[in-house]
Amino acid sequence: MIEDVVDSAAIASASTKRRSLWALAIRNSSVIVGGVILLIMLAIAILAPVLGTVDPTRIDPAARNKKPGTEITFRLDDGTTVKRVVLMGTDSLGRDVYSRVIYGTRVSLAIGVAVSTIAVAIGLVIGLISGYIRWLDGIIMRIMDGLMAIPGILLAIALVSIWRAGLITVIFAIVVPDVPRVVRLVRSVVLSVREEPYVEGAISVGTPTWTLMFRHILPNTVAPLIVQGTFIAAAAILVEAILSFLGIGIPPEIPTWGNIMAEGRTLFRVFPHNILYPGIFLAFTVLAINIMGDGLRDTLDPKMSKKV
Amino acid sequence: MADKKPVLEVRNLSVALPTGADRIHAVEKVSFTVNPGEIVCLVGESGSGKSVIAFTVMGLLAKALKPTSGEILLEGENVLAADETRLRELRCTRMSMIFQEPMTALNPVMTCGLQIDEVLETHTKLDAAERKAKIIAILSRVKLPEPERVYASYPHQLSGGQRQRIMIAMALVLDPVLLIADEPTTALDVTTQAEILKLIAELQEGQGTGVLFITHDFGVVAEIAHRVAVLRWGELVEMGPTEQILARPQQPYTKMLISSVPSIHPVHRGVRKDGITVLRTEKLGKTYSGNAFFQKARVVKAAVDVDLDIRRGETLGIVGESGSGKSTVARCIARLIDPTEGKVFLGDTEIATMTAGKLRPHRRRVQIVFQDPYRSMNPRITIGESIIEGPMNFGLKREEALARARKLMETVRLDPNSLDRYPHQFSGGQRQRICIARALAMEPELLIADEAVSALDVSVQKQVLELLDEIRQRLNLAVLFITHDLRVAAQICDYVAVMSKGRVVEYGSAEQVFGAPRDDYTKALFAAAPGRHWEFGKFAAA
Repeated sequence: MIEDVVDSAAIASASTKRRSLWALAIRNSSVIVGGVILLIMLAIAILAPVLGTVDPTRIDPAARNKKPGTEITFRLDDGTTVKRVVLMGTDSLGRDVYSRVIYGTRVSLAIGVAVSTIAVAIGLVIGLISGYIRWLDGIIMRIMDGLMAIPGILLAIALVSIWRAGLITVIFAIVVPDVPRVVRLVRSVVLSVREEPYVEGAISVGTPTWTLMFRHILPNTVAPLIVQGTFIAAAAILVEAILSFLGIGIPPEIPTWGNIMAEGRTLFRVFPHNILYPGIFLAFTVLAINIMGDGLRDTLDPKMSKKV
Repeated sequence: MADKKPVLEVRNLSVALPTGADRIHAVEKVSFTVNPGEIVCLVGESGSGKSVIAFTVMGLLAKALKPTSGEILLEGENVLAADETRLRELRCTRMSMIFQEPMTALNPVMTCGLQIDEVLETHTKLDAAERKAKIIAILSRVKLPEPERVYASYPHQLSGGQRQRIMIAMALVLDPVLLIADEPTTALDVTTQAEILKLIAELQEGQGTGVLFITHDFGVVAEIAHRVAVLRWGELVEMGPTEQILARPQQPYTKMLISSVPSIHPVHRGVRKDGITVLRTEKLGKTYSGNAFFQKARVVKAAVDVDLDIRRGETLGIVGESGSGKSTVARCIARLIDPTEGKVFLGDTEIATMTAGKLRPHRRRVQIVFQDPYRSMNPRITIGESIIEGPMNFGLKREEALARARKLMETVRLDPNSLDRYPHQFSGGQRQRICIARALAMEPELLIADEAVSALDVSVQKQVLELLDEIRQRLNLAVLFITHDLRVAAQICDYVAVMSKGRVVEYGSAEQVFGAPRDDYTKALFAAAPGRHWEFGKFAAA
């Protein structure tokens, strides 16, 4: 049956291009909606100084607890006065809530990005080692199990009492309990991919272990890690807000959504705007990340990709 | 038999594929009948639409597929026009289906008895005691030992063959007039397959059930079918009594298919016996022991005392059923797993106990081609990169490696210009050739083919087998060929080792092992090969 012809007709007919992950992802409407909201949030964070804000830490005893929409007289450092409408009111120290919420976006996004990047990076390395070097697996995974047993909030409280409260401490406290989740994910991908015949094929042609990991195994973890990373970012933003609300997160001189809400807590019944506006921003940001994460999972997860 | 009214009449059936598929119709204008007490085999290669027909009859078609014309008459009633309620009434009572994979077709968290009970509860008004009596009766009719015990067993407690018997019991408990069997023995070992085929034939003869039997295996066709329908790309190529189709096929496609079926009688190839020994194993063994903390460690001996040797230009086949340890031996030789006992000599070098670092220079000398063409290449890199990876690991420059890859693509009869394509752009047979090219790029002394043609259609299988043999001759390679398919082994092997439960039970030249087997297990294995009495003719394709 074999004729000495080169079998190219069938190849040509099947010449569909492998679509890149990115091209796949931006076709999904959830990814677009979530992504657009996040881009807006990012723009707000970057452009905070030019969005009609004043110094968010500036205290004005004359304009305490003003309701949203009130016009206040604002005295500048050089003695001149300007009239200004406070969009979201002022808090009990007379600080402009609008400016505080807008500046607070910076902290939240920074925490989200930092925590997910660091947790994914550390988890990826440990997961690869754990999945590939079998004798280390048991030891690493028991340590990870131990880390997972520590509640994140309690760990943060402990760390803050040891070190001083600050951005680094908060990031560290949120990263630690997230790392085992990434490790488990990476490890499971490595364990299944290393049994694939193409990995064994690469071993039998003498491919060195490091090449094997980076070329044949690592790329398979990218898609699940992107998805996991978005969910970690959303959770991190929430946890930061909780920590700040409890007064063990970012120090009060830096405005974050969490500590704006914490400071508004006592007068919540009378002046709900102190909690309402940062709450709305927080909810929208977390929602947007989660929507985008869902969309990414739908497009990138190998089990879902058959539909595409 | 033929003068009775047919139980199933498929008239002019067309089923459309969703837009964007490689063809418009999954099934196009197919007509055939199944008479009472008759076994009709639908045979065809993958993608021929045989399973689509079965699912259409049962009304189980995926939503994306739509029957566009024709009718399916089950005892005169058009099931295409029936609504979901009516279909549910018909299933199991008038028509039943058994599937390829008996493990996934049964619910793992329900006892087998209760699963059959569910059928009776839905379709009959019998009380609990009557139902149980009926179930025990059908379990003993499908020849399951200790029906009472099986009734209370969960699927995982039974073997593959027993599970398929449960499926058959469930399908036949209400005496349907039509049984559809979709590759029911493909996932089973050859000896189990023989028993199941015998059982289906007996049961349907006793009850006069019409059977629509779907298979890709001409051995099974020769064994069981009364009439055969050959399908290709959704069209009925040829239909007729088994004798006629197998012995005097009219259509070129049928001729080609039947000619591609390997003969079970070994060909004498006159191998010289003075070649240099490439590989020798001495008492090779692999023991798996689970190190459990709280219970006694489970010890599985996957391979015990395996002694083999292969000379240059020679093909040694290892045949055996699943779990016999044939793949374990292959993987120990390729050092993809570490043997626990014995020695492996590659030329004069002992590699069984070598450390990974020392082993690396010797990796080149043994190359392996795997079973699943869809998983044996990294889907993210081009086939060119896959082929040159090995030579470059051993210091060849990129340009030289690419030149070698282009040459090898010609050797395996693929277009050298397609090196920059990705694996998914190739068919299964083409990918298997690429894998062969990747193995040859290392200029190995020993090529291991681990079920390398088992996942391929029979016509493609033939091409790949011919290619492998041609390469063996041209490069004077030693080949270790692992297969469960006796026909394939008979055609390609000079020597055959039969394995069972981790041990080599018979080892000798192919003529000797196939012609006069001595071991009881080998005899049983050969006796179970489907269609062994039928010599598939070689027809000149018109």
